[in-house]
Amino acid sequence: MNVGDTLPPLEIPVTRTLIVAGAIASRDYQDVHHDAALAQEKGSPDIFMNILTTNGLVGRYVTDRLGPRTVLRKVAIRLGAPNYPGDTMILTGTITAVSGTTVEIRVVGANGIGHHVSGSVTAEVPA
Amino acid sequence: MTADADVKVNATGTAAGREAEEAARFHTLLAAFEGQPAATGGQGKDAVNEPMIRHWCEAMGDANPAYTGPDAIAPPTMLQAWTMGGLSGHAARSSAYDELLGFLDGAGFTSVVATDCEQEYLHPLRPGDVITFDAVIESVSPRKTTKLGTGHFVTTRMDVQADGELAGTHRFRILKYAPAARPVKRPPAQRPRPVINRDNQGFWDGVREHRLLIQRCTACSTLRFPWLPGCNACASPDWDTVEASGAGTVFSYVVMHHPPFPAFDPPYAVALVELAEGVRMISNITGVPYDKVRIGLPVQLEFLRVDDGLELPVFRGSEG
Repeated sequence: MNVGDTLPPLEIPVTRTLIVAGAIASRDYQDVHHDAALAQEKGSPDIFMNILTTNGLVGRYVTDRLGPRTVLRKVAIRLGAPNYPGDTMILTGTITAVSGTTVEIRVVGANGIGHHVSGSVTAEVPA
Repeated sequence: MTADADVKVNATGTAAGREAEEAARFHTLLAAFEGQPAATGGQGKDAVNEPMIRHWCEAMGDANPAYTGPDAIAPPTMLQAWTMGGLSGHAARSSAYDELLGFLDGAGFTSVVATDCEQEYLHPLRPGDVITFDAVIESVSPRKTTKLGTGHFVTTRMDVQADGELAGTHRFRILKYAPAARPVKRPPAQRPRPVINRDNQGFWDGVREHRLLIQRCTACSTLRFPWLPGCNACASPDWDTVEASGAGTVFSYVVMHHPPFPAFDPPYAVALVELAEGVRMISNITGVPYDKVRIGLPVQLEFLRVDDGLELPVFRGSEG
């Protein structure tokens, strides 16, 4: 694994089910993540994915691509364009640093309206 | 401090300067919360457990074998989930944090959105681990204007312990903001209804029967349009009607660009059509793009069904 290597992308269909299941699995009951009418009252066109789900998907992407023995050390993400139902998010990753068994990966999740998430993940990848 | 610098730059006595000064004063108040606890002695509602791990993995579509079986660990990115108050809320939330959010709510920054999450994992969490946490208010940003609206970023840093030992740290940033005004969704606007009165009733009756009726003075035979109670030529109040053949030409026109009116989609041409009978009427031209309408363009009457309650006489032009 070398700096500049890219990880195969992962396509995540952003379904209403994923948004609601992710919110509930992360114990996030903010209405904007499950109630479209209340989300609209607050100025959002629809419900949108919560940050904990995004975080979980970024973690999954890295361990899916680097293998189950990968140990996540750090996940730092910033959200941009919301993930609304019906959209598709494509996660991509680029290796930005390698030091021994530690790698740093820059991860971007792009949806139909922009970059939903950008962040960096540090992981141990046993040889 | 940045906020003080902002005041000096903007304190020009203008409204904008006064607003910046006020924002800086408010930020000074908020910044006093930096370093104060956001949560003290927080306890996870549930110990780390297999069902919650499984629900998480199902939701995320995560089939990593590390998260199942006798040696299962929890997905590291679940860190925050173990600290969530759920529907019953956070008993551990500090009065300082509540007060900070109260100030922000009171200033109109009532909406909240999470923007950043930075987690470090020191030890994996395993089923049975009892979760405790402490959090501190790390920073409150000066007023920022974002696409969502204007507000303040509030950053907290949390230490998460498993059985009393530090297992991970979690830095979380939210934006407390006043939503930017959005155009209120209205039902699609309808074209204005004609005002029908006893002087023009006959005209609209004709439209309903797909007949374009022109008034004719029975005293002097002068045709007139639009409909009026008396003759402009001889002042006679007596009249009958003739039905227009429907043929006409564009006598003059304008193209509407601005301002836009509800139910109209600019740019569009508004034409003064001279009917074959000699009178002129204002109408729309169909069948020809707005920028192809020309004086002298031959047009033919047709009736446009605008919506359930409105039908209008318009004129179809032929291009070229």
